[in-house]
Amino acid sequence: MRGITKAFPGVLANDQINLDIFASEVHALLGENGAGKSTLMKILYGFYRLDSGQILSNGQPVTIQSPHDARALKMGMVFQDFSLIPALSVMENLALFLPRLPAVLDVKGINQRIREVSERYGLDINPEAMVSQLSIGELQKVEILKLLLADARLLILDEPTRVLAPHEVQALFKVIDSLKKDGYAIVLITHKLKEVLECADRITILRGGRVAGTLLRSEVDEEGLISLMFEKKLGSPIVTHKRVSPEKAAPLLELRDVWTHAEGLETSLKGIDLKVNPGEIVGVAGVSGNGQKELGDVAMGLIHCSRGKKFIFNQDFTDKSIQEVRMSGVAFIPENPLTLSIAPFMTVLQNIAITRTKKYARLGGLSMDWQAVQADVDRSTQKLGFSFPLYILARSLSGGNLQRMVVAREMIDEPRLIIASYLTRGLDVQSTIAARQALVQARDNGAGVLLILEDLEELLALSDCLIVLYTGKIVGNFRPEDTNVYEIGHLMTGSEVEHVEN
Amino acid sequence: MTLLAIFGIISSAIFSGTSLLYTTLGEVIDERSGIVNLGLEGVLLVSASSGFAVTSLTGSPYLGILVSVLAGGLMNMILGYLVITRKANQLASGLALMFFGFGLSALIGKSFVGTKINSLPRLLLPGLEGLPRLYTSLFKFDPLIYLVIPMAFLVWWLLFRTRWGLGLRAVGENADIAYASGRNPHLIRYQALFVGGMLAGLGAAQLAIAYAMNWTEYMTAGRGFIAVALVIFSKWHPLRAIVGALIFSAAVAFQLLLQSSGVQISPFLLDMIPYLLTLIVLIAWGGNRKHSAPASLGRVYQGSE
Amino acid sequence: MLKTSEIAPRFPILQNKTIILGIRYFFMILVAFLLFGIILVISGKDPLQSYKDIFTYTLGSTYGFSEVLVAMIPMLLTALAVALPARVGLINVGGEGQLYIGAAFATFGALTFSNLPAWLLLPIMIILGMLGGALWAFIPGYLKSIGLVNETITTLLLNPVAPKIIGFLIFGFWHSPMDTVKTPNFVAAARLPTFFGTRIHLGLIIGLIMLVLFWLFMKYTRWGLEMRAIGNNAQAARRNGIPLKKYLIVVMCIGGAIAGLAGMSQVSGFYGVLLLNFSMSLGYMGFMVSWLAGGEPLGILLMSFVIAVIITGGNLLQLTRGVPYSVINLLLAFTLFVVLARPNLIKGKKV
Repeated sequence: MRGITKAFPGVLANDQINLDIFASEVHALLGENGAGKSTLMKILYGFYRLDSGQILSNGQPVTIQSPHDARALKMGMVFQDFSLIPALSVMENLALFLPRLPAVLDVKGINQRIREVSERYGLDINPEAMVSQLSIGELQKVEILKLLLADARLLILDEPTRVLAPHEVQALFKVIDSLKKDGYAIVLITHKLKEVLECADRITILRGGRVAGTLLRSEVDEEGLISLMFEKKLGSPIVTHKRVSPEKAAPLLELRDVWTHAEGLETSLKGIDLKVNPGEIVGVAGVSGNGQKELGDVAMGLIHCSRGKKFIFNQDFTDKSIQEVRMSGVAFIPENPLTLSIAPFMTVLQNIAITRTKKYARLGGLSMDWQAVQADVDRSTQKLGFSFPLYILARSLSGGNLQRMVVAREMIDEPRLIIASYLTRGLDVQSTIAARQALVQARDNGAGVLLILEDLEELLALSDCLIVLYTGKIVGNFRPEDTNVYEIGHLMTGSEVEHVEN
Repeated sequence: MTLLAIFGIISSAIFSGTSLLYTTLGEVIDERSGIVNLGLEGVLLVSASSGFAVTSLTGSPYLGILVSVLAGGLMNMILGYLVITRKANQLASGLALMFFGFGLSALIGKSFVGTKINSLPRLLLPGLEGLPRLYTSLFKFDPLIYLVIPMAFLVWWLLFRTRWGLGLRAVGENADIAYASGRNPHLIRYQALFVGGMLAGLGAAQLAIAYAMNWTEYMTAGRGFIAVALVIFSKWHPLRAIVGALIFSAAVAFQLLLQSSGVQISPFLLDMIPYLLTLIVLIAWGGNRKHSAPASLGRVYQGSE
Repeated sequence: MLKTSEIAPRFPILQNKTIILGIRYFFMILVAFLLFGIILVISGKDPLQSYKDIFTYTLGSTYGFSEVLVAMIPMLLTALAVALPARVGLINVGGEGQLYIGAAFATFGALTFSNLPAWLLLPIMIILGMLGGALWAFIPGYLKSIGLVNETITTLLLNPVAPKIIGFLIFGFWHSPMDTVKTPNFVAAARLPTFFGTRIHLGLIIGLIMLVLFWLFMKYTRWGLEMRAIGNNAQAARRNGIPLKKYLIVVMCIGGAIAGLAGMSQVSGFYGVLLLNFSMSLGYMGFMVSWLAGGEPLGILLMSFVIAVIITGGNLLQLTRGVPYSVINLLLAFTLFVVLARPNLIKGKKV
C-alpha cells in the first residue's frame, strides 16, 4: 500500500501511509484508539475507498472497490463482530461462503474438508457443532476457517484477542504460527504490546493517522514501541485541576469488589474497587473495549453486579434500578446520545423533559409545565454557555449539539454525581471545550465525576485521580501528577511497569 | 370406545389433517426465509375455489389441482411484492391478503356452490386388504394424502440438504450475512413465497377437490391461522409439523366423536386446544431465550419489518 | 459489515400534515375503487350504477348515512385499541379476542343484573366490558414485558380462542330457550340508547369521547410524554429512568379494555343480544384502520368512516344486486393494497 490517504468528516484517518505485507510473515499494525489501523485495513478489504494512494498486489496496481474484489485477490478479514449465524452449524456457516458449492450439499465431503484444514492448522473445530454453542475463541477460529476455505492467502485479523481468555490467546498464536509457516501472510491489528512482541515478525506503528515507524521484531523492544505509539503532545491543557473536596467526606460513588457477568462480545468486570469523592474527577483510561462501557452501566444500575457491592451517596444501591439511581441525583451522559438517550422524533424541549417528568408534571400528571422546562433549560444553557434550538426534532441536531443538549439536560438539577462516558467523542473543538468546562464547573461546586475518555492527554488534564482499565480489571490507580503518558500507555496495552514516583 | 371408533378418529384426522399439513409445510418454508403470511386463510380460499371451479368446468381433478397449486403461488406473490419490493409491514400486508382472499374466492366460487365434481380416486392403504369392509372404508385415501408425508420429507431435504435451502435459511436468519455471501435475499424470499404458496395451494386442493368435494364460503375454517400456529409449534421444522398437524386434526375428530356419542365436553372447549397448546409451548420454550425462530422473523414482530 | 437496510430519510413534518395525508388517501381510494370496478364488470355488474347506488345510499340518504355511522362505531374503538399500544411500540393484533371477551363480560352483567335501572346497569356493563378486554390483553402484555414471548404472536393466538369461549358460555349457560346460538335479548335497561329513530347508539358518543381523550392524553399529560419516549427509543427511555415494564403491561391492558368496550357497545348498542361470532373481523379491521391512519386520532376518525362507507355499501350491493357480501372484501383489500404499496408516503408514522 502506497501513500494511502483517507479522510472522514472532521478527521484525517489515514495520512500518506505506506505499508508492505509479505507472505509467510505476521505483520502487526500497532496503535492507540483512533490511530487509523482499522480504517487502513478496511480500505485494503474494500469497505472504504481511498482518497488517494495506490494498492499493489505482487507489484501490480489493483483497484479494490468492494470486499468482493478483495476476496478475489485472495484476501480475507476477520472483524471484531463476527458474521456468523448462530442458528446454523459450523459446516453450514462455512458452506454458505464456499466459492464452489454444489446444488445438493455433500455434507460428508464438506465436513471432511473442514476437518482436514482445521487439523492442519490446529484449529480444532467440530463441523457439526451449532455456532450458538461455541465459545468466543471457537467462533473466531470458525471465522478464520471461513477465510481459509475461501482460498484466502492474506488474512487480516482486527483486534482478535480483545475477547479471548489468555489460554485462547495462546491457542490463537499457535494457529497463526502454523499458518505463517504454510506461506500465509497475516496482518494483526492490535493495541496490545505483549502480543505484538510474542507473535509479530514485522511491526508498523500508527499514530494519529500516520506511520510512526516500521520495524522488524528483532529491532525493537517494549520501550521503543511505547515511545512510538504515544507521543507527548505539546500545548497546555485548558483547565487545571485542583482538589476541592472537604476532608473526610463520604464518597459519592463506591464500588467494592464488583464483578459483572458479560455476554457475548461484552467485557466482564473483575474485582473493581473504585471511589469517587465529592469535588473530584475520576478519570478512566483504557483502550475502548476493556470494560469502560460496562463500568458506566454498572454504576448507573443498568447492569447488576454478580458480586460485590455498590454504594451511592453512602447508601447501598447494589440492587436498585436506574430510576432510583437517577432520582437520587445522579446524572448520566452516555456515548452515542442518538441511540442511548434521545427520543429522535420528539422535540428537543420534550427530550429535556423526559428524564424528570415527575418534576414538571402538574395536576397529578394531566399536564406538563413546559414553561418550567424552558426555564430550567435556559438556566442550564446560560451557565454552560451553550445554545441550541429547542423546537425542532432531536434527530435534526448535529452530533455536537446533541451532546450539548444531553449535558445541559443532565446538569439542570445540579447533580452530585455525574457519570460521563466518552463525553467528547465525535465533537468539534468548541463543543469539546464547552463540555469539559461543564464538568469542571460541576466539580468545583462539589460534585463528583466519573469520566471515561479515550484521549489520554485530556484525561491527564482533567482528572484529579486516574484509573486504568484493562480487560475489565483496574491495573493502575494514580494521581496525574505522579504519572505520565508512557506509564499509562504501558498499562493500557497490558504490559506491567515499575511505577516510579516523581 | 370401540376399535372402530378409534380408527374412525385416525381416519378423520388423516383426511382433514392433510390439507393442514401441506399448508403448514408451505408456511415453514416462507417463515424460514423470514416472512410471516397472515393471509394464508385467503390464499387457501382462493386456491380452493379456483381449483374447484376448474375441476367442475373441465371434469378433470388433476387440472384442478394444477390450477390450485398455481393460484397459491400467485397469491403469495402479491404478498411478496408488498413485503419485499415495497417493504410494507408484513402483518398488515398479510391481513390485507386475507381480505382479498375472502372476496376473490367468494366471487370465483359463487356459481359453483353445490356442484358436484369428479374427484380423485381413493386407494386403499396397502397391506390392509384383509380387513372387513367396515374398516377398509376408513382407510381409503386419495393420492394427495399418500403424498403428504413424502412431501414433508422433501421439504426437509430441500431446506437442509440443498444449496438453495441453505441460502434460504441464511436469509431467514440474517439477510446481511446472506448478502455478504453473494446471495440475493430478495430473490430468495420471492422463491420461498412461491414454493410455499404452491404447497398451500396443494393443501387447498386436497381439501376442496379430494376431501370435501364441494365449495362453500370460508370452508377452510381457520386452517390458515392454525397453520401459522402450527409452524411455531413445530419449531419451524417440516418433520415435526407432521406430528403437529396430526395432533390437531385428531383433536377435532375426537371432538366430533364425543359429540356423536353424547359426551358433554363442549366442542368449543376442544376447538381451543390447538391455540392454547401452541401458546403454552411458546411460553415454555420462550424461557430458553433462543426461540429457534428464524432470527429475521423476530424483527417482524418488533415492528421493524 | 455490509448493511442492506438503512432507514430512509423521512420527510420533515409538514404543516397541515393531516390534510395532505387526506388528499393522498383520497387519491389512493380512487385507485382502489377503479380496481374494484373492474371486478364488478367481470362479474357482470354495472360498476357505475353500483357505485352510484352506494354513494346515494350512504351519503345521500339519511338512513344510509346513519347506517354508516353505526358501522363506524366499533371500528373507532378497535382502532384505538391498536393505536394506543402502538405508541409504546406494542403491536396489538388481538382486538378481535379482546372485543369478544369484553362482550362476554358485559353480557354477564346484562343477564345477571337485569333488574337494575339503566343509569346503573349501563355503567356496570361498560366497566365489565373494559375489564374483560383488559384481562384478555394482560397475558400478552405480561409475557412481553418479561421478555418471554412477543405480543404479536400471543395476541394473534388468543384471538380464535375468545369466540370459542363465548360459544361455550352461550351453549352451556346463557342460551335463550329457542335458540342455541344466542342469549336471550337484553332488557331495555341493558341497551345503549339510540338516536333519532336510527340505529346509532350511544357508542358513537363514547367512541368520539375516547378519541378526544386519547388525543389530549398523548399531547398534554406526563404519561403521554413518557409513552412517546418509549415508542421513540425504548432503550433510551429506560436509561432515562422511565419504567418500561410497567408501561408495557398497563398500556396493553388499556388497549384491551378499549377493545372490550367496543365489544360491549356492539352487544349492548347494536345487537341487544350476544350472538355467536358476531364480530365480522372487527378487530382486524380496527388494526387496518389504525395502520392506515398512522395511529392518529383524526385519521382514525376519517378512515373508520371510509371503511364504514365501504362496508355499508357492500351490504347494499348484496341486497340489491346479489353481489355476495364477502366480495366487498375485495374493495377493502384493494384499498389496503394500494396504501401498502406506497410506503414512502406514510413511512415515519407509528402504527
